[in-house]
Amino acid sequence: MSDTSGTVKKDAVEPTAPAPADDPTAATAAATVVDPRLLVRDEGFKGYITEFRRRVKGGELGSLPVIVGLIVIGIIFQAQNSRFLSADNLSNISYYLSATGMLSIGLVFVLLLGEIDLSVGSVSGLASTLFAVFVVNHGMNGWLALFLTIVTGVGIGALHGFFFARIGVPAFVVTLAGFLGWNGLMLWLLGSSGTINIPDEGPVHLLGQSSFFMDQSIAGAYILAALGTASLLFGSLTDQRRRKAAGVPFRPTSEILLRVVLLAVAAFVTAAVLNSSSGVSNSLVIFLASLVIVDFVLRRTPYGRKVFAVGGGIEAARRAGINVSMIRITVFAISGGFAAVGGMFFAGQTQSATLNAGGGNTLMLAIAAAVIGGTSLFGGRGTVWSALLGMLVIQSIQTGLDLLNMNTSIQYMITGGVLLGAVVIDSVSRKSQKAAGRG
Amino acid sequence: MVHVSATPVLALRGVSKRFGAVQALTDVELEVHAGEVVALVGDNGAGKSTLVKTIAGVHPIDEGVIEWEGNPVSINKPHDAQGLGVATVYQDLALCDNLDVVGNLYLGRELLRRGIIDEVTMEKNSRELLSTLSIRIPSVRIPIASLSGGQRQVVAIARALIGDPKVVILDEPTAALGVEQTAQVLDLVERLRERNLGVILISHNMADVKAVADTVNVLRLGKNNGSFPVKDTSQETIIAAITGATDNAVTRRAVRSTEAAK
Ligand SMILES: Nc1ncnc2c1ncn2[C@@H]1O[C@H](COP(=O)(O)OP(=O)(O)OP(=O)(O)O)[C@@H](O)[C@H]1O
Ligand SMILES: [Mg+2]
Repeated sequence: MSDTSGTVKKDAVEPTAPAPADDPTAATAAATVVDPRLLVRDEGFKGYITEFRRRVKGGELGSLPVIVGLIVIGIIFQAQNSRFLSADNLSNISYYLSATGMLSIGLVFVLLLGEIDLSVGSVSGLASTLFAVFVVNHGMNGWLALFLTIVTGVGIGALHGFFFARIGVPAFVVTLAGFLGWNGLMLWLLGSSGTINIPDEGPVHLLGQSSFFMDQSIAGAYILAALGTASLLFGSLTDQRRRKAAGVPFRPTSEILLRVVLLAVAAFVTAAVLNSSSGVSNSLVIFLASLVIVDFVLRRTPYGRKVFAVGGGIEAARRAGINVSMIRITVFAISGGFAAVGGMFFAGQTQSATLNAGGGNTLMLAIAAAVIGGTSLFGGRGTVWSALLGMLVIQSIQTGLDLLNMNTSIQYMITGGVLLGAVVIDSVSRKSQKAAGRG
Repeated sequence: MVHVSATPVLALRGVSKRFGAVQALTDVELEVHAGEVVALVGDNGAGKSTLVKTIAGVHPIDEGVIEWEGNPVSINKPHDAQGLGVATVYQDLALCDNLDVVGNLYLGRELLRRGIIDEVTMEKNSRELLSTLSIRIPSVRIPIASLSGGQRQVVAIARALIGDPKVVILDEPTAALGVEQTAQVLDLVERLRERNLGVILISHNMADVKAVADTVNVLRLGKNNGSFPVKDTSQETIIAAITGATDNAVTRRAVRSTEAAK
C-alpha cells in the first residue's frame, strides 16, 4: 500500500533552506531545479494535516471515501442489529469477500487500461462448472482440474483480448458477448441436472468455510499480522537507506513509523477479532497473498509499468516501444484467469457447481468493489488494494442486509446505488483533479 | 562550427512514403553529421513530421534507403530506431499523463535491479540529467499532467537523451513556448551539439533556425526544395524556397545576387 509516487516527499526543500547533511547536492539542485512557487509541506504533524487538506481539495481522495463509508456502514448496521460487529459476523465477512475479491483483482488490470470486462461473472460460473465436470464426471485429480480450469479462464480472457486488441472490437462488446456466451456454455454443461455436488476435498476443501490457516491455531493470525508489519517496516527502511545513499528525497523515519504503526494496529486487531471467532480462513489468506503479489507486479515490474503506461496514453506507450496489443491481450487473460480462480472460490463456498453460479449481481459487485476501492474507470489510476477495500464495503453491506433479512430486491437496489455513488465519486474526483492540474 | 565528418551519421537516400492517396514524401534526401544541427523547414503539410516518423520507425518507408554511419539499415518499428541511437521528440509530445516525470523519462527502458524497477537509480539519474540541462521542475515525482506546456516540452527532450542517442530529432520544440522557455530549448539544442550529437530540428520559426542551425533543408509538397548552409543564406532565400516562389537554382541565385547588390 506504500505508493511512493503519491506522496509529496522532501523534494520540496525551499531554495533557501540549508541542505541536509546527508545530501550534498541538494543545495545546488534545489536552487536550480525547484520552482520557488512550489508548495512546501511543513515538517511534523501539522504538515500532514495541511498536505491532507490540499490533496482532498485537489481531488486525490485516496482511500478516504472507503474508510468513511466503512465507518458509516458499521454504525448503521450495528444500530439495527447488534450482531453486526460481532467476531463471528466479521469473520464471515472476511471469508465471503475473497471470492468476488478475486474477480475484482482481474478487473483492476482491465480498468487500469481504461477498459471493462463484463464477462468475469460468467467466466467464474463456467470455471466452477468445468471443475465439477472434471472432478465428478471424469474423476480427475482435484489439483489437475484446478490447473486446467485456471488455464481455461486465462485462455478465455486471451480470446477476449485478441478480439479487442487485434480485431478492434470494443472491449465492452466483446466481453458482453462473453457474458452471454460463457454463461450459455455453463448452462449447457450443467444440463438437466442443474447442480453438481463436488466432494469436500482438494482445492474445494482448501477454499471451503471450514478450512483455516494453520488449522485454527491462535498463532496463525498473529504470524500473518507480524509478517505483514515486519515486511512493511523492513521494506520502507531498506528503501529509505538506498535513497539516502543515492542522495534522492526519502521518507522521513517518523512517517515510516506512523505507517507501520497504523498497519500493525489494523493487522493485529483484525487477527485478534478473527481468532476470537474461528481463525483466518485459507480463502482470505490466498486472497491477501494474491493482492501482495499483484501489487508488486503492478508497481515494481516493467510489465506493471507498461500496463499503467497503456492506460495513461496509448500513443506515448506505443512510441516508447511498448507492444500495446500484447499488453491488452495479457491483461484480459489475467482478468479471465482471476475470474476462474474466483469461480473456484465460489465452488468452495457451496461445494457445488450451480446454475446461478457467477450470475445475479456478481459482476456488478466485482466492478463496484474495484471502483469503490479507488481504481478509476477512466484508466491509468488505481491500485489492486482497491479490490480489498471495495469488497470490505460491499460484503459488509451484503452481510448487514442479510442480517436484517432484507429482500433481494432491496439488496439489488442498494448495491446499484452504491455502484452509482462510487462512479460519481470517481468522475467528480477526476474533474477536480483536472482542475487542479493532476488529470 | 560545422565539423563535417566524412560519413554522415544518418542519411536518407531517395525516400518515398505514401498514405493511401497521399504521396507524403517523394525521393527525399537528407544528411545529418555528428555535431551538426540540421533544420528541416517547410509549410504545413510539407511532410516534415512524416519524414521524422519514417526515421523514428513509426511509419516504415516505401522506397529508398536509410543509411546509418554509411551502412544501409532497415527501420520498421520504433525499437529499431532506438536501437540505432535515434531519439525523437514528437510534435504532440506523447507523454503518459498518469506517470510521474521519472516514469516518463524512462518509459520503455526502465532500469532494473534483480528484475525489479530500480526507482532509486532512475530518480537519481533523472535529477542529475534535469539539473545539468538546467531544467526547472517542481519535483521529479509529480505526474506529468500537473506540468506546464514548456515543462512538458523540456521533459520530452530530456526523455530523448536518456538512452544516449547519436541523433536527436525535435519536431517543432518551441511552437508552444514562451520567450524564456524558447531560449532554454535553444540552449538545450546547442548543448546537444556540444555533446557531438546530430540534431534534426523542425521549426516554422526562422529566428530559431538562424539562431541554432548549421544547415537548412527545405521540404515542399513532400520533395526536397533546397539545402542551404545557414551562415551564408538569407532568410528571404529560405522563405522563398518554403513558399515555392523559387523552384529552381537560377531564380534562387538571382535573389541572392540582388541581395548582395543592396
Ligand atoms: N498517418 C497518416 N495517414 C494519412 N495521411 C497522412 C498521415 N500522416 C500525414 N499524412 C499526410 O501527409 C502529409 C504531410 O503531413 P505532415 O504531418 O508530415 O506535415 P508537416 O510538414 O509536419 O506539417 P506541420 O507543419 O503542420 O506539422 C499531409 O498531407 C498529411 O495529411
Ligand atoms: Mg508536423
